[in-house]
Amino acid sequence: MEYLSIVFQEVYKILFLLVPVLVSVAMVVWLDRRVWAFVQKRQGPNVVGPFGLLQSLADALKYIFKEIIIPSSSNKVIFILAPIVTMTLALIAWAVIPFSATQVLADINVGILYLFAVSSLGVYGIIMGGWASNSKYPFLGAIRSAAQMVSYEVSIGVIIINVLLCVGSLNLNDIVIAQQNMWFVIPLFPMFVIFFISALAETNRPPFDLPEAEAELVAGYQTEYSGMMYAMFWLGEYANILLMCAMGAILFLGGWMSPIDVYPFTLVPDAIWLILKILLLFILFALVKAIVPRYRYDQLMRLGWKVFLPLSLIWVVLTASYLFYFNLLPVN
Amino acid sequence: MIAHAIFFYTFSIIAVISAIMVTASKNTVHSVFFLILDFISISCLFIMIGAEFLGMIMLIVYVGAVAVLFLFVVMMLNVAQQKNQWFAGQQSSKHIPIGLIISTLIFFEIIIVIGGWKYKPEIFDINNSISQTSISNTHSLGQILYTDYIHVFQISGMILLVAMVGAIVLTFRQRSGVKRQSYIKQISRERAEGVEVLEVQSNKGVKIDD
Repeated sequence: MEYLSIVFQEVYKILFLLVPVLVSVAMVVWLDRRVWAFVQKRQGPNVVGPFGLLQSLADALKYIFKEIIIPSSSNKVIFILAPIVTMTLALIAWAVIPFSATQVLADINVGILYLFAVSSLGVYGIIMGGWASNSKYPFLGAIRSAAQMVSYEVSIGVIIINVLLCVGSLNLNDIVIAQQNMWFVIPLFPMFVIFFISALAETNRPPFDLPEAEAELVAGYQTEYSGMMYAMFWLGEYANILLMCAMGAILFLGGWMSPIDVYPFTLVPDAIWLILKILLLFILFALVKAIVPRYRYDQLMRLGWKVFLPLSLIWVVLTASYLFYFNLLPVN
Repeated sequence: MIAHAIFFYTFSIIAVISAIMVTASKNTVHSVFFLILDFISISCLFIMIGAEFLGMIMLIVYVGAVAVLFLFVVMMLNVAQQKNQWFAGQQSSKHIPIGLIISTLIFFEIIIVIGGWKYKPEIFDINNSISQTSISNTHSLGQILYTDYIHVFQISGMILLVAMVGAIVLTFRQRSGVKRQSYIKQISRERAEGVEVLEVQSNKGVKIDD
């Protein structure tokens, strides 16, 4: 009985985390389309519900009732597994995100490594989907995304090292608390910019949406998917984008900490601040989608390997030497 | 303790079965997927014994990067059919002696390592002394790696660098006739060299020199 009560308690905690994440993913899709529309002087989805808020719900309902088509020449087990992998990986990463000093599902001491590991596993959903479809366009999309995500992961890893040098801990709460006096976005501003662009590439967002470049590859790795399986890819993709935004907010924008430490602002719950920061980054993501044209593939590779990687490596050396010579290295 | 045992046996059974399936499955891409499953379950085992840094690095390096490139190569080369031919052909028995020699070598190496613990228990104590203290596994790893073993660490880094340079040198070939984009050239182009206005005489045309 003791075990059972512990299990139930944990399941409740997980549900209280996952249900809001899934709902906010649906809302964020609406926000994305709205921002995109406003940049182009359109209205965007505004029919279903107030301001079109229920648009995503209507879409989800439509996907649920559509037929799931599995191509006869596909590799069936992997074909079905691919969207599940994408979705699961996008959701399990939320376990370590701290919403306040105490509101965190798993306060593990290698939190940032866990986040990095899970986000680097995200590529498997795409490769599996692309390969198992047994069709040219999905395969090309999968190959593209494999190369792209591996390349940009490297620079994200080096940027994380920059932050870790200033913090001295791999725990996400420690990273947030280390920004008490100054958000890392100020001293590490170039790294924040590179992180933002790498996050765009890591989540296959425009201008780096080459794995699903509709002008070239129909819909890339999702071409053969339909109905609920397509919707799962779609949900997983947006959950991943929110996750990268959360990672950016924690690493550079002070996570759950309130920006101004005076009376009326301290009343606002910590979780609200984190959500606002995530939304800010997400609106930036949406704006980039509306503004920037798609990169060519060789330009994408050049940017990742020849510009971002050397720049972030040089910045690691700079940060380390600055901290060393001014005796600012965190000691615990 | 029961929950611990359940998790341990689950992960180790998955690890062993997927390791067998890596060699047993006929489709090469499936083999790589089983290899990935093996890596993941082994990193779970690492985390269970408290080596969380090692487990996470295993996930990031092997599953996140190495296996992706592996999969990439296997998919591109389409080795699946070749492997089927090996299985179908009779000459597959030729590989058995080599495989046997290598596996016995590895087996004896493992026996020597485990035997070392058995007959020299103090070695085990020295290695274990760090994990007894209150600091976390990641901290203790950092403290020992950058102090006592700094030279070994640097040398292994150098070996990796040499391997990387070697791989690049071996596969590098200068291709002729490839048009490359030069950003500096593009940006520094002036109007004068881009456009030329010519007086064209009728019935004569212009000669465009390139």
